[in-house]
Amino acid sequence: MFTYSVRRVLALIPVLFGMTLVVFSIIHAIPGNPAQIILGQRATKESIASLTEQLGLNNPWYIQYFDYIKALLHGDLGTSLRTRGPINHEIWPYLAATMELALVAMLIAVIIGVNAGIISAWFSKSWFDYVAMVLALVGVSMPIFWLGLMEQWGFSIHLGWFPTTGREDVRDPISAITNLYLVDTLLQGRFDQFGVVVKHLVLPSFALATIPMAIIARMTRATMLEVMKSDFIRTARAKGLRMFWVVYKHSLKNAVIPVLTIIGLQTGLLLGGAILTETIFGWPGVGRYLYDAIGYRDYPVIQSGILIIAAIFVLINFVVDLLYVVVDPRIKYTK
Amino acid sequence: MTKTLKLLLISILAISMFLVGCGKTNESAGGKKATNTGGASKKDTLVFARGGDSTSLDPITTTEGETFKVTINIFENLLTYGEQDTTIHPGLAESYTVTPDGLTYTFKLRQGVKFHDGTDFNADAVVFNFDRWMNGDADKFPYYTMFGGYKKDEGHVIKEVKAVDENTVQFVLKRPQAPFLKNLAMSPFGIASPTAVKKYGDKFRENPVGTGPFKFVEWKQNDRITLVKNPDYWQKDLPKLNKIIFRVIPENTARLNALANGEIDLMDGLNNSDEASVTSNDKLQVIKRPSMNVGYLAFTNTRKPFDNKLVRQALNMAIDKKSIIDSFYGGKALAAKNPMPPSIEGYNDAVEAYPYDLEKAKALLKEAGFEKGFSMDLWAMPVARPYMPEAQKVAEVIQESFSKIGVKAKIQSVDWATYLDKAAKGEFDAFMLGWTGDNGDADNFLYTLLDKDSIGSNNYAYYSNDKLHDILIKAQTESDQSKRNELYKEAQVIIHDDAPWVPLVHSTPLIAAAKDVTGYLPHPTGSEVLSKVEFK
Repeated sequence: MFTYSVRRVLALIPVLFGMTLVVFSIIHAIPGNPAQIILGQRATKESIASLTEQLGLNNPWYIQYFDYIKALLHGDLGTSLRTRGPINHEIWPYLAATMELALVAMLIAVIIGVNAGIISAWFSKSWFDYVAMVLALVGVSMPIFWLGLMEQWGFSIHLGWFPTTGREDVRDPISAITNLYLVDTLLQGRFDQFGVVVKHLVLPSFALATIPMAIIARMTRATMLEVMKSDFIRTARAKGLRMFWVVYKHSLKNAVIPVLTIIGLQTGLLLGGAILTETIFGWPGVGRYLYDAIGYRDYPVIQSGILIIAAIFVLINFVVDLLYVVVDPRIKYTK
Repeated sequence: MTKTLKLLLISILAISMFLVGCGKTNESAGGKKATNTGGASKKDTLVFARGGDSTSLDPITTTEGETFKVTINIFENLLTYGEQDTTIHPGLAESYTVTPDGLTYTFKLRQGVKFHDGTDFNADAVVFNFDRWMNGDADKFPYYTMFGGYKKDEGHVIKEVKAVDENTVQFVLKRPQAPFLKNLAMSPFGIASPTAVKKYGDKFRENPVGTGPFKFVEWKQNDRITLVKNPDYWQKDLPKLNKIIFRVIPENTARLNALANGEIDLMDGLNNSDEASVTSNDKLQVIKRPSMNVGYLAFTNTRKPFDNKLVRQALNMAIDKKSIIDSFYGGKALAAKNPMPPSIEGYNDAVEAYPYDLEKAKALLKEAGFEKGFSMDLWAMPVARPYMPEAQKVAEVIQESFSKIGVKAKIQSVDWATYLDKAAKGEFDAFMLGWTGDNGDADNFLYTLLDKDSIGSNNYAYYSNDKLHDILIKAQTESDQSKRNELYKEAQVIIHDDAPWVPLVHSTPLIAAAKDVTGYLPHPTGSEVLSKVEFK
């Protein structure tokens, strides 16, 4: 197990390295000169030329790539072309905002999705099953953009339950420590502010959770149905075990592996796919940071941002693989 | 194993119950709070929401409008614009004199003004700022090119800036520059505290220190910028507000939702199509920004067949501007006939707009040898701008019109960064774009957008006319305003005849605010001082 983990971690290095090369090539293939964008529509040709030179964009691409990798190996993610600030320092608040949103969204998706899937399988072909699966189908195909605006319209403007945008009440701002506001407010003992943060999280996290929730529900239902048909479940039921235990103890345990895989994949997708949610809800997360960077052709930010998201994605998959062993002792990673 | 799973499920359940519980308790707390601020004590914090964040808070380091919206409240200039126009008024300089040759400007500075860091504002501070800018270059201080280049450049207009005494500063020019005073009032030329510039160095862009009505507190990128009242501000009883928070909410509809929900007090970038929903909400109001822009369809004048004047004139006659304005600007824009709006001095109202006349257009095409028409690419902007809120739809209308005279236009679009890049390189047949004036001077429209010197920067149409060039250069150095106006009028006649663009509209950008916001006067440049804003 330990050897396996070490090997997996080592294997990450070429993956991430390849990633940098792919991202770098794609970004530099997009037309558009960062200098032009940074200086804006009003720039003169002299200023564009001089900034292009200063940013080193006149160098051949392999030199630019080499410089980038060299800095990366020193732990330097580069300097944003637009804000001229170090990305190392800049990216964390965005990343924290997205992580908080994604974690809460995933929590919602897992709790509701898994339970809806279980109940659907349990009462297969009942009205609940049909309603849940239709909802899941709608959930998968719902455009987040539309859903987000509808949530704001219904739950904020009409019912007044939740704020429409942002992470906090700007009139009573939170002083950031870790930039994970749920943690920060608790660390400071500000329970009123903790509540405000939770309220701000509700609409965007539900919007973000919709698709994974639906996918998890369908996956759980399918695997549970499969497991519940098997002999050992029939035996358990024949022994007179209560249905609840049959489902939550015996069946779920055996159905959980594919569900776990889906949860891992969806968490990764969530991180990358948060852009729309973040835009609609004015959420200052890494998705928008990257989106803006693409608009500005802010090469270093795009490169490093994608690299970090890719690293997290790979890491989640790694953790999921390790979890298989915890869930199912029959799985063994030898060597 | 089962235990672990059980434990996990139970803890997830517990956490979710806890979260739900918190949500509820907070609801009542939040509610109470809202009534407190709305009721007994007067509101003194304004939340201003906009679509994008600033790129820097040192105004001279950028040309981006979102930056100036904030910095104009922190920094002040020697001269300022009128509340809602670009007339010149005293700012940090109480008065000025100009020698008859237009070469020496002497400014008497306001006394007793202090920067936010407590240091004195004086003639040395002014000299320090101009020295800093003129010794820089185009990528450090891009807008300084308004003064014709940098110290080492031949075209640089300012020969010297010197402190005559503590409160008098003198600018000696190499040659007269007609828009000189208007340039001084532009937001990028806000006077910064020399002590702070030296202290922060490159980080000054995140730590702005000026003399303005508000002091900088905090910038959380892509989220908010907070300013507080400058208690030592030299204008008595100003500012009225205690705090301004500039928030970023990228999506127009989401921003309006936030306004309707009371999370923000003021927003720019209201869609024309949302105007009705704001006017029908008794808690909100619509405010109009005075127009100082032009939205246009440009032809790349060097590409065939757009190198033919007759073709350009024909296409000018094939666009029904009125129906575009009715459909996409809520009827509230002015149909354009010149490349600059009527609010700018020197506007030539005698120029007669090309009529919407398809028969005449066909005749002109025939004369140009395109009796059967031709095919072209029509590029539509991918982003909404105040002068062009719905470029794609406007493009469809133009496409339809063109088809009636046999011109097949294929609508194309590409992301904004690539769009500007390709336009600057002259790769488009025809494309939509626009411009909002910087300083209210005709030069800032005609020379900047259509002079041959500006090809490669803002003259995306690649339009070049030597006669026009001579007139525009002459107008730059002419100090008699009425003579200048005549020159600009002549220039507009030439441009009209050459028809390098189809000038489409001068729009009136809309702003939405909570009903209790008063004293807000939007400025045509898009950056306004919020010192007189308050809540009823």
